Amino acid sequence: MHRFANPNRFLKLANAILPWSTGILVLSLAAGLALSLIWSPVDYQQGHTVRIMYIHVPAAWMGMFAYTAMAVAAAVSLIWKHPLADLAGRATAPVGAAFTFVCLVTGALWGKPMWGTWWVWDARLTSMLILLFLYFGYMALQNAFDDPQRGNKAAAVLALVGFVNVPVIKFSVDWWNTLHQPASVVRMDGPAVDPSMLWPLLIMGLAFKAFYVTVVLLRIKAEIADAKIRALRMSEIHG
Amino acid sequence: MANYFDMGGYAGFVWPSYAVAAIVLGVLFIATWRGLKSRERTLEALLASRGPRRPRRGAAAPVGERADVTANEETG
Repeated sequence: MHRFANPNRFLKLANAILPWSTGILVLSLAAGLALSLIWSPVDYQQGHTVRIMYIHVPAAWMGMFAYTAMAVAAAVSLIWKHPLADLAGRATAPVGAAFTFVCLVTGALWGKPMWGTWWVWDARLTSMLILLFLYFGYMALQNAFDDPQRGNKAAAVLALVGFVNVPVIKFSVDWWNTLHQPASVVRMDGPAVDPSMLWPLLIMGLAFKAFYVTVVLLRIKAEIADAKIRALRMSEIHG
Repeated sequence: MANYFDMGGYAGFVWPSYAVAAIVLGVLFIATWRGLKSRERTLEALLASRGPRRPRRGAAAPVGERADVTANEETG
């Protein structure tokens, strides 16, 4: 773990991963879009609106995954004072917030024709909205202090406390009566989705994951460059 | 073809879903890329203005570079 504390070692690793993650992103996005928009069947009840699922569900997965990654980075930052962990959290938050936002908007666009409403305050939808606000709070806290160290610490505490929301999102459909349907892919007895719809969904999931890896690595590189710039300017001022 | 774009009457819900995802993720990607490139340019300019880097202690440096380093140390 500490071997990657060295930013130069991390940069080497990131530069080795980036061509692969970008390649996987381009290929899986092309295949996923073709499958989900053209070569996938129309649902017998939902008609063409089922195509919204191929955006909505991967976005929801990644919104929760990114928050989990951010909470892990927060724990590493608080326990080991690992400087790279703060940068990783800082890089992850906007990406997770973007996925969560896409999930909420596509959910509303799916809800209107299928449920007859853009929004209901059921447990699944509300907990997902709270996830978006947790991202906003995390980003705001990081920049709320003159001393970035204090901002990072406060944001890390929020990320850890807010993590309780992630299992609440996952199990909200089992714990409460929600208008949102229960899990149909990640469940004990295996996916309940037909393979003709499961494959486009999984490939779009891979594309979103590759997007996440690519963008987070680029953002961490930018954060490292930013830290170097600040250090150089400081040394110019103080000699 | 027109039938396909109509999405069985749900075009107003299906296409905006894909458009929102494309715009949000696209803007995020472009902003990330531009942010990285501008910082890398700033960093390079800063490093260039500092002159050649000081060689590590113990490593023999060419005479010309040594002169640069001492000059740099005096001014910086």
